[in-house]
Amino acid sequence: MATVRFDKATRIYPGADSPSVDKLDIDIADGEFLVLVGPSGCGKSTSLRMLAGLEEVNEGKIWIGDRDVTNLSPKDRDVAMVFQNYALYPHMTVADNMGFALKIAGVDKSEIRRRVEEAAKILDLEPYLERKPKALSGGQRQRVAMGRAIVRSPQVFLMDEPLSNLDAKLRVQTRTQIASLQRRLGVTTVYVTHDQVEAMTMGDRIALLKDGILQQVASPREMYDKPANVFVAGFIGSPAMNLLSVPVTQDGAKFGTHRLDIGRDELANAGSKVVVGVRPEDVEVRTDNDGLEIEVDVIEELGADAYVYGSPVSKDIHLEGSDEEGERPFIARVDGRNVPRKGEHIFVFPKPQHIHAFNQETGARLI
Amino acid sequence: MALEITAARADPALLDLPWDTPLEEWPDEILAAYPRGISRHVVRFVKLSGRVLAIKEIKTDIARREYEMLRNLRRLDLPSVEPFAVISGRVSRDGEQLDGALITRHLQYSLPYRALYSQSLRKGTASRLIDALAVLLVRLHLAGFWWGDVSLSNTLFRRDAGAFAAYLVDAETGELRVQLSDGQREHDLDIARVNIAGELMDLEAGGLLQEDRDPVEVSERIMTRYRELWSELTDTEIVDTGERWRVDERIRRLNALGFDVGELAMTTDIDGTSIQIQPKVVDAGHHSRRLLRLTGLDVRENQARRLLNDLDSYRAALGRQADDEENVAFDWLHEIYEPLVRSVPKELARKMEPAEFFHELLEHRWYLAEKLKRDLSLPEVKEDYLANVLPTKPDEKEVVGVDTVEMPVVAWDD
Ligand SMILES: Nc1ncnc2c1ncn2[C@@H]1O[C@H](COP(=O)(O)OP(=O)(O)OP(=O)(O)O)[C@@H](O)[C@H]1O
Ligand SMILES: Nc1ncnc2c1ncn2[C@@H]1O[C@H](COP(=O)(O)OP(=O)(O)OP(=O)(O)O)[C@@H](O)[C@H]1O
Ligand SMILES: [Mg+2]
Ligand SMILES: [Mg+2]
Repeated sequence: MATVRFDKATRIYPGADSPSVDKLDIDIADGEFLVLVGPSGCGKSTSLRMLAGLEEVNEGKIWIGDRDVTNLSPKDRDVAMVFQNYALYPHMTVADNMGFALKIAGVDKSEIRRRVEEAAKILDLEPYLERKPKALSGGQRQRVAMGRAIVRSPQVFLMDEPLSNLDAKLRVQTRTQIASLQRRLGVTTVYVTHDQVEAMTMGDRIALLKDGILQQVASPREMYDKPANVFVAGFIGSPAMNLLSVPVTQDGAKFGTHRLDIGRDELANAGSKVVVGVRPEDVEVRTDNDGLEIEVDVIEELGADAYVYGSPVSKDIHLEGSDEEGERPFIARVDGRNVPRKGEHIFVFPKPQHIHAFNQETGARLI
Repeated sequence: MALEITAARADPALLDLPWDTPLEEWPDEILAAYPRGISRHVVRFVKLSGRVLAIKEIKTDIARREYEMLRNLRRLDLPSVEPFAVISGRVSRDGEQLDGALITRHLQYSLPYRALYSQSLRKGTASRLIDALAVLLVRLHLAGFWWGDVSLSNTLFRRDAGAFAAYLVDAETGELRVQLSDGQREHDLDIARVNIAGELMDLEAGGLLQEDRDPVEVSERIMTRYRELWSELTDTEIVDTGERWRVDERIRRLNALGFDVGELAMTTDIDGTSIQIQPKVVDAGHHSRRLLRLTGLDVRENQARRLLNDLDSYRAALGRQADDEENVAFDWLHEIYEPLVRSVPKELARKMEPAEFFHELLEHRWYLAEKLKRDLSLPEVKEDYLANVLPTKPDEKEVVGVDTVEMPVVAWDD
């Protein structure tokens, strides 16, 4: 068991002009499940390889427990990197499929057997140890693959998109299995994914990277409720938060005809505009001309609720994230028994306790 | 969503395939039973408009990515399978969405390692496969490609004058950079090591590995071979200013390994007593390029080496060292090579490629000469080879029917 610390760790690839991972600072608690998430190219794999000892650290340090491992080779770090792609070998028993990598590491036979049996117990695979993988179900095979990592009993597990090529159903199953297994084993784990849903459902905490820079590290709840900046706000949550740039007035911000109470102090240095964010489920929908006027384009019925997709009637207002590819819709979740019609005009504004506001220039959170 | 085909040159016949059926349920009549490596996706071969295609059922976005990646690899002249098309928008007859498909062209005369092991093998085959994979990995790394899933299963092998040439078949996890970091290369090597050990242990468990050497030990070879080759191709060497011949020697060593030096950096130190040399651009295929230039024959590296050797002996035997190399090559091609490889009866021609056949003849000549204690002409050797050896070889143009296994990445019962 061990803590992990990225201490202003920086990686600049040979020939690159900017760091791919820039002064990364994260403290990971003993036994914690930390998910590194972010868009493609943000530096997730690089960070993970730095921790594994497979990528040089140009500046800063990396600690495992109270050991500075910055200059240690991978095998001296006691971490296990779980491959993205796990093959299962048809002629080998389940036990051998789980234990064979230990042979490479020179672990002796009886010790391998002991560890395999222990892992099989945890994974509910005991009855199958002498069978061939062909006789297992999809989920069981996935557990054998996990067994391969568990038997190494490292201080830290490192996983880079281990679910990326599974079908949707198995992906969801395995996600839950990995998370609950990790909790039972209590081994510190750093898990990489580009999928924010995966991050939100699996992590004790999430670290969100963009362009090699850490944007926020926090619990899923906090990421969702208090995103540190516009990028985090837009990345976390599905459907995504509505983000609109609106004018600042003397007593708040103007959201269509509606005045949002943001607070003088917060707005003091904000300039003439702020970015207001509201999650689809936090939208107040009105028909009394109070708020921002939206024309309803599409309705997505979910039963109890429905999602309304619309566009601002005023051509001067655009949702953040709109680009050449197209305008982003404004999305609101409404009561499934009270759904507006396509083409109808509605008025919307954020419910008072659920307003997010960000500095227009820096993107930093105001409230 | 409608069925959609993405391809550089789409073949309309693709539309006739039963895309509304999961690949696993395609009828045998349209399938070609070629051997495959271990895979998690369903892979099948079909014959279409005179060619054989490999179809892999896989999520559309991954298929697209892999298709693009394979195109890039081909553009960089790296040995890999040739992407043919991506199929998306598949819907089953009950209206359910099906995974997409990646289609590549079947690599003729290629063998998955498992198929090789179902034949009786020469000793040391595992090592030779690993050597070929090491060359492939070095070439991929030199070009900036991180594979992420290096394994024998993800490689196809073609015979190459007694050795093997390796081709990448599965680019799903790959990433292309301008230049890889040492860490990325080490990561690939680590993956290769574990996968190869696992694959050899699997053969052992299935009673297919004739060698008595320990798979763990054999798998270690990927690291040593890779490192040797990498350092020969990229290391900086310091030589005395008085020893300039060592620059030529370095180039000759690289040529011998099958590489041409496209660019060599040379710097002298301040007091001018030593020179630093470092190859900057190296291209594989030194011998095959040379043979291509001389004869128009497009063959693999070791085959080319073999053929060039024979061309040299031909030249020496006729005392034509002073002649233009091109002219000698022209005569050799028409007097020696072509008559021999053309004389293989059609029913035997599917067993091996012409250049490999020629290599086999040279080997057989040596063997017969030892046995009979006399020199033999190639036509003589050919008669014996056609009568006694070739018929016993398996058909390798499109090998059929050996054990292959899929371990699907789909959920079912649990
Ligand atoms: N060898 C290299 N040389 C130069 N730049 C590199 C190299 N390897 C990676 N990079 C760059 O470093 C950045 C981070 O890459 P990394 O692979 O860590 O991203 P990632 O978040 O894992 O992305 P993905 O989700 O696509 O896997 C990217 O901009 C990438 O282009
Ligand atoms: N173009 C081709 N020519 C010959 N054989 C092929 C071709 N494409 C695929 N194969 C065979 O099919 C096998 C499986 O293909 P591939 O490795 O792409 O599948 P996969 O499911 O992605 O594998 P993995 O489990 O490693 O992710 C290969 O090992 C190879 O033997
Ligand atoms: Mg990555
Ligand atoms: Mg594969």
